[in-house]
Amino acid sequence: MMFSMAASTTTKYFSVSEGLLYALIGFVLVIVVLIVLMGFIYLLSYIVRKFSEKKKGDAAPAPAEPTAPELAPGSSGNIKLYNVDDRTAAMVMAIVADELEIPLNELRFISIKEINEEEK
Amino acid sequence: MNAVNIVDILKNLGESSGFAGVHWQQIVMIIVACVLLFLGIAKKFEPLLLVGIAFGMLITNLPGLTGADALFHSDMWFSAGGKIDYGEVLLHGGLLDVLYIGVKTGLYPCLIFIGVGAMTDFGPMLANPKSLILGAAAQLGIYMALILAIVFGFSGNIAASVAIIGGADGPTAIFVTKTLAPEKLGAIAIAAYSYMALIPLIQPPIMRALTTQKERMIKMDQLRTVSKAEKIIFPIAVTIITCILLPSVAPLLGCLMFGNLLKECGVTERLSDTAQNALMNIVTLFLGISVGATAVYSSFLTIETLLIVVLGLVAFCFSTAGGVLMGKLMCWITKGKINPLIGAAGVSAVPMAARVAHNEGKKYNPDNYLLMHAMGPNVAGVIGSAVAAGFLLAIF
Repeated sequence: MMFSMAASTTTKYFSVSEGLLYALIGFVLVIVVLIVLMGFIYLLSYIVRKFSEKKKGDAAPAPAEPTAPELAPGSSGNIKLYNVDDRTAAMVMAIVADELEIPLNELRFISIKEINEEEK
Repeated sequence: MNAVNIVDILKNLGESSGFAGVHWQQIVMIIVACVLLFLGIAKKFEPLLLVGIAFGMLITNLPGLTGADALFHSDMWFSAGGKIDYGEVLLHGGLLDVLYIGVKTGLYPCLIFIGVGAMTDFGPMLANPKSLILGAAAQLGIYMALILAIVFGFSGNIAASVAIIGGADGPTAIFVTKTLAPEKLGAIAIAAYSYMALIPLIQPPIMRALTTQKERMIKMDQLRTVSKAEKIIFPIAVTIITCILLPSVAPLLGCLMFGNLLKECGVTERLSDTAQNALMNIVTLFLGISVGATAVYSSFLTIETLLIVVLGLVAFCFSTAGGVLMGKLMCWITKGKINPLIGAAGVSAVPMAARVAHNEGKKYNPDNYLLMHAMGPNVAGVIGSAVAAGFLLAIF
């Protein structure tokens, strides 16, 4: 199919009014498609939220788990480390918090990955 | 035994060398290729692609490389009628002819999109879906350039190929151009990648001209955390929705979303790693050199090429302006909750445009951290330019 597509283009000239019309239709189409996607994302997040709330609600009657030990400041959530040792990760987090002037326990780090020069 | 005539030998060598049939245009092209190599190597302007493109351009314009010695035969690809004999290409084509099959069939741009998808985090966009509107508005340049190209007398297919430069997305530009105007592929790819590299110079003056200092200083609320389920469902649903709405977008968006699914699903880490690294590097290598080879002097050194370069810049500027103006509108509607600078990131060019928006915001408010907010419109721009490409392919 791709092979026949490559040979199917024909040269055609358009008037300015035709060009304007195509440009307008094309721009509106992009906006409409992305608005449809936006609506879908809102719907998706709503469904996922409701679903997780329901799941939490179902799980509520279960016997209470022993309270988890309180997290130390700066250890909110889990963090994935790729080719980075704990010491370096701690240092990176401290530097970021210092640069941003935001307390470490108000920041959430998702992952830290070492990037080699060649990978840039 | 005949005496060896040294003069004849030297004469034959001279006649068979490239110096005998050199055209001045070839010398110009060699200089252009060397300038691009300098920009790629010394100035680090999109080096991964620009170095390959420039070297392809250099090697295809060297005098003396004709017939069986040539690495690329433009007559095999750009003959009248547009018919291509792939058997002939495989039998008698040079190395770059064989590699160019991957461009012509759309293989390389699609494979690159798998890699791009595997490297893209749609989280910021999922956390703030409104950023999709910014990504859509930043496609304005595509359509402004389309109108201008038609005004300047370009045929519909070349005008559409020029216009897609405004999408600031190299693989998308190549995908559209290889189908609609393959003879202009070299010029358009060079313009697209050069402007993408120049985004830190092109965008800030436009951003500053269209926003007030107060707007540039706006701090945005922290984005919500996006669940794993949302990240997995998103690429599947986007593929279904967009490909049904606009089937011509399927090769690009399908591959982008496939790559992203590999990354997010959590069970194909090896494939995701290959798509992000090995596959991406190999395809980038083949794509760069074979696209550069299409910039043959006879079709490159024309007034049309200059116009393409100028229109490409116009497209970039209008795309930036479209995103920023939509950002201003959204800032006004949300009563100052959105920093209009992030609209400029909607031109794709991931992640360069988002970095520019972030740096520009930080200049006016050192506490401002716009990067993640700008990544939303940035990745939305990739989807927007793919949709625009699908429209252009369907119409022209």
